[in-house]
Amino acid sequence: MAEFALPKNSTVNTGKAWPMPQGGNIRTFRIYRWNPDDGKNPQLDTYHVNMDECGPMVLDALIKIKNEQDPTLTFRRSCREGICGSCAMNIDGTNTLACLKACDDVKGDVRIYPLPHMPVVKDLVPDLTRFYAQHRSIEPWLKTETPTPQAEWKQSKEERELLDGLYECILCACCSTSCPSYWWNGDRYLGPAVLLQAYRWLIDSRDEATGERLDNLEDPFRLYRCHTIMNCAKACPKGLSPAKAIAEIKKMMVERMV
Amino acid sequence: MAESKQGARAERPLSPHLQIYRPMLSMTMSITHRITGVALYGGSILLVWWFAAAAESDSYFNMVQAFFGHWLGRIILFGFTWVLIHHALGGIRHFVWDMGKGFRLSSVEWMVRANLIGSILLTILLWVVAYGVKS
Repeated sequence: MAEFALPKNSTVNTGKAWPMPQGGNIRTFRIYRWNPDDGKNPQLDTYHVNMDECGPMVLDALIKIKNEQDPTLTFRRSCREGICGSCAMNIDGTNTLACLKACDDVKGDVRIYPLPHMPVVKDLVPDLTRFYAQHRSIEPWLKTETPTPQAEWKQSKEERELLDGLYECILCACCSTSCPSYWWNGDRYLGPAVLLQAYRWLIDSRDEATGERLDNLEDPFRLYRCHTIMNCAKACPKGLSPAKAIAEIKKMMVERMV
Repeated sequence: MAESKQGARAERPLSPHLQIYRPMLSMTMSITHRITGVALYGGSILLVWWFAAAAESDSYFNMVQAFFGHWLGRIILFGFTWVLIHHALGGIRHFVWDMGKGFRLSSVEWMVRANLIGSILLTILLWVVAYGVKS
């Protein structure tokens, strides 16, 4: 059942205001902090960054804060160019990658939270264990019956094109954690990212386990908690549409019945 | 896994969700579709009440008619017609999506706006026509 309010241990308190640097083009960053070691509730700390000495992206500002002001600020990052998916977080109210979000695209203070409705490991680092387990549950690999060919599995140009808009997914979890259905039923609903991945294997011309894959999804919760709310498609930093992929799965479900 | 000062495992907090997510028309229209769907149960009860009153007796039917003729009854009926039209248009919107069409973000925005504006305009039009026919 949906719990709209945050549990007692999760409500966010006002945190520390870090010192203002001298002069320059100052932007204010309000960042969610939670330290597993101090027994306190999460808090929103305020930092100030001189943008004249900082790169354009939110990730640049986070790294600058960590390097120069507060080395305890904890977040994931790796490629800094939108291909690894590590720096997924909630910036200015929507989920995106910090490395692809320009500070200039945010009006006023830049508010940064971890991906919504997830257990927090520390600061901006959410626990994605369940998300990855759900991804594993759809068996995201090629499944075949026919003997493996001498060379590669052949695919026509048209068949390959069916994977466009799907293979680009980097599993950053921006979409799944933007979805209210996933917030309320994340234990049973697979969520947009995992369903997009499921469709990526369903539609692959080389895969021979389509029926079995559909059987696995034929469930009131796993697939059908999608109510086409569209937050997923609006959040995806790669411009993909999990909502469309899910609609295609639902169509496949109907098509095999008639 | 982190440990708190007491030596027990610190329970991980749940990150904020509804509290911080930017409200958008598309998601608002989704929950509105559900709310209007639930409200239609109430509207259906009104309709059944009206039919049942007609089957009951002249005097009871006249009483119910008087209620729906009263300004308060009219406001309730106005709300009911908006809820009905809004939910019907929302049904078309979701039907299009279930066909796998209209997923471009520009189309999504267009469809939710058309749903909202269309429902308001059609409701007003319906009442203008209804009052026009009456007089």
